[in-house]
Parts: sequence; structure tokens; C-alpha cells
Amino acid sequence: MKEIYMDHVATNPLHPEVLDAMMPYFKEHYGNPLSLYEPGMKAREAIENARAGAAELINAKTGEIIFTASGAESNNFALKGIAYAFQNKGKHIIVSKIEHHSILNPARFLEKQGFAVTYLPVDNHGLVNPSHVEKAITDETILISIIHASPEIGTIQPIAEISRIAKEKGIIVHTDSVASAGNIPVDVLELNVDLMTFSAHQFYGPKGAAALYVREGTRIVPLIYGGIQEGGRRAGTENVPAIAGMGKAAEIAKRDLQKRIDHVTPLRDSIISSALKTDKVILTGHPEKRLPGHASFVVEYIEGEAMLLMLAAKGIYSASGSACSSKALKSSPVLISIGVPVHLAQGSVVFTLGKGTTGEDINYFNETFPQVISRLREISPYAKGWEETEAPACTAKK
Amino acid sequence: MSLAEAHQLDNSRLKFLNEPMAADAETDIIYMMCPMHLLTLEDKVKEIKAGQILSILTDYDGALEDIPGWCHKTGNEFLGIYENADHYKFYIKKIKESQ
Repeated sequence: MKEIYMDHVATNPLHPEVLDAMMPYFKEHYGNPLSLYEPGMKAREAIENARAGAAELINAKTGEIIFTASGAESNNFALKGIAYAFQNKGKHIIVSKIEHHSILNPARFLEKQGFAVTYLPVDNHGLVNPSHVEKAITDETILISIIHASPEIGTIQPIAEISRIAKEKGIIVHTDSVASAGNIPVDVLELNVDLMTFSAHQFYGPKGAAALYVREGTRIVPLIYGGIQEGGRRAGTENVPAIAGMGKAAEIAKRDLQKRIDHVTPLRDSIISSALKTDKVILTGHPEKRLPGHASFVVEYIEGEAMLLMLAAKGIYSASGSACSSKALKSSPVLISIGVPVHLAQGSVVFTLGKGTTGEDINYFNETFPQVISRLREISPYAKGWEETEAPACTAKK
Repeated sequence: MSLAEAHQLDNSRLKFLNEPMAADAETDIIYMMCPMHLLTLEDKVKEIKAGQILSILTDYDGALEDIPGWCHKTGNEFLGIYENADHYKFYIKKIKESQ
């Protein structure tokens, strides 16, 4: 059976050049980067080369990159690290309601530690309104953290505009760029952020390697104390092969970025225009300001899980977009935030494309998806009468 | 979240108890956050028999809405919440053996 991977926002296969770059650090260059002899020096060199590659991807200085083990760690580090470092200045943090759980849950944790958190609403396309950010700022505000691009609905936020407002008041800005870095141009100077999270496996690097950009001169409290690794800001013997892989993946992403965007954008547009021909299929997220390889929908009267399983049986691998809906029988907070009614939020499905997705894949998908919807509607408890119901007010584009 | 704020939630299913009650199984998920409260609940309900009571100890405020909602969706009985100074104890009665 043909297999089509359409879940690139979940993770990506390793780029072959990345695997080649990693292998020596599993084998001959096994030294501890802190050791003073040759194998240690080789490992240390690998980390510093990787730091340069990662920095270049986001237009940072090499000294501004701290390697971590995951996007979740970087997000926790940013929130807790800045909150603790600046708690004497103020105890108010602003995030959006559509952040990843690795922002929302540390924010809730910080609330229990005595911080106040404002959870900003978004519009029906998932956009944060910068004027809402401005209104939410108080004399106590120390940090604003807004996700750059949503992995669930693909919407890209106006981070530069939000940063401009924050900077006028001297407030630190973090953005979670896990879904965007390596997929669209990401420049920390243009976005004017102080901290940025990005993760290797989103751009064909290995799992277990990520980074937090921390602008030079920004104080941050470490999550992990111990040795002198990462300038004392993230202790623990480094995962040298993974970091080397992240550096190589970042170099390739920088080199191939426009090619990748040009490749996936028309394929994504084909999916969207084809899917919206089926009745009562709604595009979620912004119609234009969205990730180039990201198409997400709510399909009315069908459970997302049923769609995923039937699509998987036909060789198409996709996602429902939220651990809440797929694992915990709970509506996705992101979809509820953009105004999708609770009874429709279960019908969420997300397709994300990568450099290996072909036009032939998309033709097969465009044929198969309506068939799956049609079959599931035949056996759905809503089978009778769904045609007469009104589309919800959240309809972004039909 | 204060008790008063908790009542601003979708509180149609909220029920607070004055005293703790006996439970057949207990689980402690203090410091765990969304969606661990629901995933743990699902797992632990599978381990008890129909008619038995599970208690879940949590400090996660989101559970105030989510656990009664989960019980409603799955057909289990939400018996109530006993609130302590820094945590909640939820009581859930398993209704069907197949769950």
C-alpha cells in the first residue's frame, strides 16, 4: 500500500546529510566536550559548529544559542527562567490562549507560585490582536510569550508588531517558533524578540535537540544547575550527536528554505481548495497568514479520530492536532478559542506537508479524503439531517 | 483559583462535599497538569469494577471543569469534590463494567 506521511508538524525524517553529520559522534568522536584531550576537543568543536549553524538559521549570534533537549524544555526554560529572574520587577506574564501546552502548563505552574498570567484571546482565524496585548500590559508585566505559528491551525502571529508594543514598555518577549523555524524565514532581529524556542526535528534534524535563543545581556535563571555546559545556563553532559545533527539540519534548512516553501505551498493550496469543495468542511486558521505546508480543517458531523484511522487504513498519516481531543476526550482549547463550537471541535484534522510530499501524493489524497468523509457520514449518527443544518459562525473559508 | 472563581466556570456539574468519602481506589496526581488528569482518570477507571469509587487527588484547577465533564461524556457518576487548603479530591463512581 502507498504510504503518504502528512504529519510533518509532528516530526520529520532525518535528512541523510544530517545522519552523516551525526554518525562520527556516536563512534570515533565519543569524548566528553569538557575533556581537554583530542576526543573531547572534537566533541566540543562539533557543538560550537552546531551553535553557529543554529544561530545562522534565526540570524542570532552564536553566543545567544543555548542547546536543550526539546522545544518543551526551551519553552519551560523561557517562562520559568525569565519569571524567576525578573520577579522583583513584577509578577505578571502575558500569553495567548492558543499556546502549546509547554507554555500553558508552566504558566499555570507560575500562577501557583504567585505570578499573575493573562491568557489573551484570538480572533476566528487564530490571530492575537496587538491592541489586546497593549491593553493587557500592566506595570507588573515582565514577559510576553506568544507562539509564532500554531502547529494546530497554522496561523502565523504578528510577532514583530507585538514586540514593538512590548519594547516601548521595556517588556521581554519570547516566541515559540517550533512550528515556524526551518519552515518560514525566522529572524530574531526582525521579530525583535528576546527569546525564541526552536527544535531540530521540525526541520529534518534529530529528536532530542532543540535550542533557546536568549538575546545577549538577558538574564535568565537556569532550569538545571550543575556543570559549566552551555555557559552554566543548562548543565548536563551534552547530547553531542543530536546537537551536531541540529546544527547540520539548521544549515540545510537555511540553504533550502525558499525551495522548500516553493515546493509545499502549491501542494497545500491544492489540498485546501479540493477539501473545501466537500460540503461542511471548514478551514481552520488564517486563510493566508499560515504555514506554507499546513492545511487544517473541521469536518462537520465526523469524529477526527475516525477520519485519522480511515485515512491511515488508506496509507495517509495525519493528525487531529491536539492531545486533548485525541487522548483526553476534551475539546481542543485552540479550536474553542477560535470559536469552533464544542460539538464540531472533535471533527478536527490536520495535514502538514514536507519536502518529500509529491504532487502524486496530493492527487491521491484529494481523491481519498472526500471518499473518507462521505463513508463516515454514511455511518455517522448524524447521517440523517446534517445537510439541513447551518454552518457555524466560525467559518473562515468555505 | 478561589472557590468563588471556580463557581464562575461551567459549574452546572460541580458538586462540593463537606467531608471526604471512602473510596475503593485512590490516585495522587498532585503537580500534574492537562491532560494528565483525564488520561489518569481513564486508566484508573479501567482498573476498578462497576459500582466502585475512585478518588483522584489533584491541585490542577482545570480539573474542576474537566473531570465532571469527562464523567458526563463517559456515563460515569461524578460524586463530588472535597476541597482542602491546596488540593481537590474528586470522587468518581464507575457505572459500566465495560469501561
